[in-house]
Amino acid sequence: MGRTLAEKVWDDHVVRRAEGEPDLLFIDLHLLHEVTSPQAFDGLRMSDRKVRRLDLTIATEDHNTPTLDIDKPIADPVSRVQLETLRKNCADFGVRLHPLGDVEQGVVHVVGPQLGLTQPGTTVVCGDSHTSTHGAFGALAFGIGTSQVEHVLATQTLPLARPRTMAITVEGELPAEVTAKDLILAIIARIGTGGGQGYILEYRGSAIEKLSMEARMTICNMSIEAGARAGMIAPDETTFTYLKGRDHAPEGADWDAAVAYWRTLRTDDDAVFDAEVFIDAAELAPFVTWGTNPGQGAPLSANVPDPASYEDASERHAAERALEYMGLTAGQALRDIRVDTVFVGSCTNGRIEDLRSAASLLDGRKVADGVRMLVVPGSVRVALQAVEEGLDKVFTAAGAEWRHAGCSMCLGMNPDQLAPGERSASTSNRNFEGRQGKGGRTHLVSPQVAAATAVLGHLASPADLSDTDAGARTPAGAR
Amino acid sequence: MEAFTTHTGRAVPLRRSNVDTDQIIPAHWLKKVTRDGFEDGLFEAWRKDPEFVLNRPEYAGATVLVAGPDFGTGSSREHAVWALQNFGFKAVISSRFADIFRGNSLKNGLLTVVLEQPVVDALWAIAESDPTAEIAVDLEQRQVRATSPDGATLTADFELDENARWRLLNGLDDISLTLQNEADIAAYEAARPSFKPRTITA
Repeated sequence: MGRTLAEKVWDDHVVRRAEGEPDLLFIDLHLLHEVTSPQAFDGLRMSDRKVRRLDLTIATEDHNTPTLDIDKPIADPVSRVQLETLRKNCADFGVRLHPLGDVEQGVVHVVGPQLGLTQPGTTVVCGDSHTSTHGAFGALAFGIGTSQVEHVLATQTLPLARPRTMAITVEGELPAEVTAKDLILAIIARIGTGGGQGYILEYRGSAIEKLSMEARMTICNMSIEAGARAGMIAPDETTFTYLKGRDHAPEGADWDAAVAYWRTLRTDDDAVFDAEVFIDAAELAPFVTWGTNPGQGAPLSANVPDPASYEDASERHAAERALEYMGLTAGQALRDIRVDTVFVGSCTNGRIEDLRSAASLLDGRKVADGVRMLVVPGSVRVALQAVEEGLDKVFTAAGAEWRHAGCSMCLGMNPDQLAPGERSASTSNRNFEGRQGKGGRTHLVSPQVAAATAVLGHLASPADLSDTDAGARTPAGAR
Repeated sequence: MEAFTTHTGRAVPLRRSNVDTDQIIPAHWLKKVTRDGFEDGLFEAWRKDPEFVLNRPEYAGATVLVAGPDFGTGSSREHAVWALQNFGFKAVISSRFADIFRGNSLKNGLLTVVLEQPVVDALWAIAESDPTAEIAVDLEQRQVRATSPDGATLTADFELDENARWRLLNGLDDISLTLQNEADIAAYEAARPSFKPRTITA
């Protein structure tokens, strides 16, 4: 019988397989950041162990880093200690680090792909659940806890039970206003926050094949929001074109050998998935969340649901709690929800295409009065590219704040936070209670919906913008 | 890791689903660089409400958390497990756990027990009608036992794969176990193709 993409990559990394034991898998790439690694390095010290494969390990600073005044000492002493701890650990153990101020610094899941380190058929881990992002390249990539970080540092392997596989097939054409973010939010609403639990997802079908690498990363990024540790997309010409020439992409004969291998990484026609979900791309629309978990979402044209409409008692109770926390009323039109803050950024939507799509809508328009808009590039490289294209000027001319790279308001470990009761439209990945700041209320949206929302002051799609919003559009040549 | 064999203790009924790791331990607590001192951050936002179940005096000192489905969703932060342990919990019962949280808990000796929702409902009823009622979580027998207010005995078997159970019962260190296979790891490394990425050149 044939094998799925996930099974092929898994099998190629089995170091040891024994009856009654989890498989021991080799890890090709280990990404580190400041939050989930300090206790792991301490563990190594206590056991007098070294990092086994420094050449498969890389660190950056992202969660705590400020997005303003990065040339000054970090104001929060606890954040500063955490970053200094990473610097000391990397120096002591010899790990390559891209700290704040370095040109390769940025959100760890933006940095890996742009360096060309994330490659098809590799195993990628990081002490961060959004490691699933790297599955967009046909890598088997998943988040791990700190104990496992220590395990990988010491052994370059992980003992793991093999998950089941689920195909999510999306056929047809995505409508004009529908982005990868809308698609993944719709998938999560469909299968639920636990729907992918115990599975590796494989996104496939004609609508997926047409997506750019950046859009594929947005989709795989949020696999964890459906409960799946990993999501994958088979590598193809789009993948190879993205990788060719990047710093760590193979060259010469190695490139040819790599591509020959990468071409084998497709689910066989006779392979069987443990579960399958089918989605008609044509039926999708811009999608936003109304609740406090990423599965509580609906098309932007819909109304806030009535908790009484849920048959399942725990879902009904969760919806009631969510409406109370979010300060919403059942039946209220989603488009009528006014926001205070718009955040564009994160490992979900902080790449150059995301910034371009938001900028294209803001060009010649203004952020609505009373709305604060933060644009935080996913990495320094993304920021430099955006500046080269003049996107930073578009954002600032519209009244948005153009910031330095980092995780920022996605989780508010740095000063970028919502105040209690403040409401955001955010291109990030989690709308949990207090995620963006104590008492903050989050609506997850695409970069396009974020931009339209910033202009109109309420949840909106690009189609809601009229030409009159665009006063003096920047002449194309000025970009 | 601390070994887990059997634990008997009073239970806290947490009637909430999708308890994500941001609720278990908010992000600002993640700046700490130790594995201890997280107890005050556990459910920090919810504990501001005096009526929140963990604040009620009758549940003080309880060691078994009985929660709704999809417990531990979201972030991979192991701090969520440390916070529960620092607070005093030895076991968590739910009908469904998020994968990463479950993996983290078993690596730290916090037993996560999966039981069908009707059994969870019954345990909630027991803990609510009699907060002094004790629940036994027996890893050797893979069984949860409690006594209903009407005197009936509730016995529910749970599943946990044999390997994970063996590691927990003996409090084994995963890294030491893996390093016993050094020869296998070295052999795999020697056979890796040259096109695989490297972060630094040797």
